[in-house]
Amino acid sequence: MNELKAKPIYLDYQATTPTDPRVVDAMLPYFYEKFGNAHSRNHSFGWEAEDAIELARGQVATIIGASPKEVIFTSGATESNNLALKGVMKFYGKKKPHLITTVTEHKCVLDSARHLEQEGYKVTYLPVQQNGLVDLEQLKAAITDETALVSIMAVHNEIGVIQPLKEIGEICRERGVFFHCDAAQAVGKIPLDVNDMKIDLMSISGHKIYGPKGVGALFVRRRPRVRVVAQITGGGQERGMRSGTLPTPLIVGLGKACDIALNEMAEENARIMELRNYTLNRFRERLADIYLNGDEENRVAGNLNISFAYVEGESLLMGIKNIAVSSGSACTSASLEPSYVLRALGVDEELAHTSLRIGIGRFTTREELDQAVDAICNEVERLREMSPLWEMAQEGIDIKSIEWAEH
Amino acid sequence: MAYSEKLLDHYENPRNVGSFDKNETAVGTGLVGAPACGDVMKLQIRVSADGIIEDAKFKTFGCGSAIASSSLITEWVKGKTIAEAGAIKNSQIAEELALPPVKIHCSILAEDAIKAAISDYNTKNGKAEVEAAE
Repeated sequence: MNELKAKPIYLDYQATTPTDPRVVDAMLPYFYEKFGNAHSRNHSFGWEAEDAIELARGQVATIIGASPKEVIFTSGATESNNLALKGVMKFYGKKKPHLITTVTEHKCVLDSARHLEQEGYKVTYLPVQQNGLVDLEQLKAAITDETALVSIMAVHNEIGVIQPLKEIGEICRERGVFFHCDAAQAVGKIPLDVNDMKIDLMSISGHKIYGPKGVGALFVRRRPRVRVVAQITGGGQERGMRSGTLPTPLIVGLGKACDIALNEMAEENARIMELRNYTLNRFRERLADIYLNGDEENRVAGNLNISFAYVEGESLLMGIKNIAVSSGSACTSASLEPSYVLRALGVDEELAHTSLRIGIGRFTTREELDQAVDAICNEVERLREMSPLWEMAQEGIDIKSIEWAEH
Repeated sequence: MAYSEKLLDHYENPRNVGSFDKNETAVGTGLVGAPACGDVMKLQIRVSADGIIEDAKFKTFGCGSAIASSSLITEWVKGKTIAEAGAIKNSQIAEELALPPVKIHCSILAEDAIKAAISDYNTKNGKAEVEAAE
């Protein structure tokens, strides 16, 4: 533990990313010199801001294959998801009060769905398969004449799996149902094309793609037209779908982040994928009884979610203080429940308590990963020596055969 | 979450990690908690002929507070009589380690573990259940 007193190592790129210095450079002039309100139509300060915003709108549209007119800016993916779900359901809900989503969606989608349920809308929460992917037959079977919207995320924030977007889009289009996709973890990480994938609404986040926090976007298709009821009303900006003065510097940053991601995606993904496979192999060479959660093939390059059996996740995190990773067991928060996502995959509860999410990104180096693997493995070995479950497993006792007193 | 220095010390340098042969007559074993809840404690005591706990060992699967609670209680029970050890309260452990409220259950588990070990020892040695609880 003591040898790692040095600089902390950041391996939590699914939580957030540092803003790329090129993005910061692009943003800076819009704080002071070019501070105009893009909605000021009668002077150059306003025009300057508007030009910058329209450039950014184009950059965001390009990375998902949309038209700039289909992109509206929000405060982040949480707001975009809220607007997509509540906005669509409230517009179409009289005739079509049914929404379909999955049990492993991000909390902001699930919570929006719960709110809609409380207001009388019907929601189906599809289970996922053991690899984290949606069963397309179950999706087909869940769609009824009353279904207005299907909301399924592109890349999972905890387990990194990539859903079969094109197939989902086909099914939805065929049945005349809108498809909303939360792509917060997907933009810039996997190729996306809203037309090819038949996506009708897509949520985008700034800070997950090396852009600033506090900005995001929602793609809303124009043909066939998707209508949403605004959740924030006021001056009628963003074609009436989202009022409020646009934050020019943040939007410039989001645009620049999309531009960089589009240009560098192929090269960056190859590098990150190589680092991820290297890391996973090093863990597998050194430790027995580790399990990768979520599909290994259909998976974004920068995500590893590993259960280290017989070692509780929070105690593991305590031992690797200088490595910033995230624990799948939510014991660090007030709740003692393990991750709802891992449980939805059918991961045994005891294994769900033993998982770490390791996020690799643009600025991760091989040296950092080497240090992290060594530190994690040392700590896993130390804690296993201390673990009664590891001892039983070595003695050949099946821990499932014991009658535990659940508390 | 800020943990106390004592807690961190017990987590980083746990005392009395290990196992005794659970079939020995002089050994009492308590196994409490459940893997699904993220906490399992195994606590063992070795008791002398005159009823003094000569040695104690533990193994714990759980968070840092659970590890520290079990390490601390093994230190405390050594040299005590069975009755004294059975009278240790979870609140004493929680206070000593300055456990945050969400971690109080770790100290409860440690109290349960020592009671279970004493009960196992008594059963093995044909002694009547000593009423350890209050």
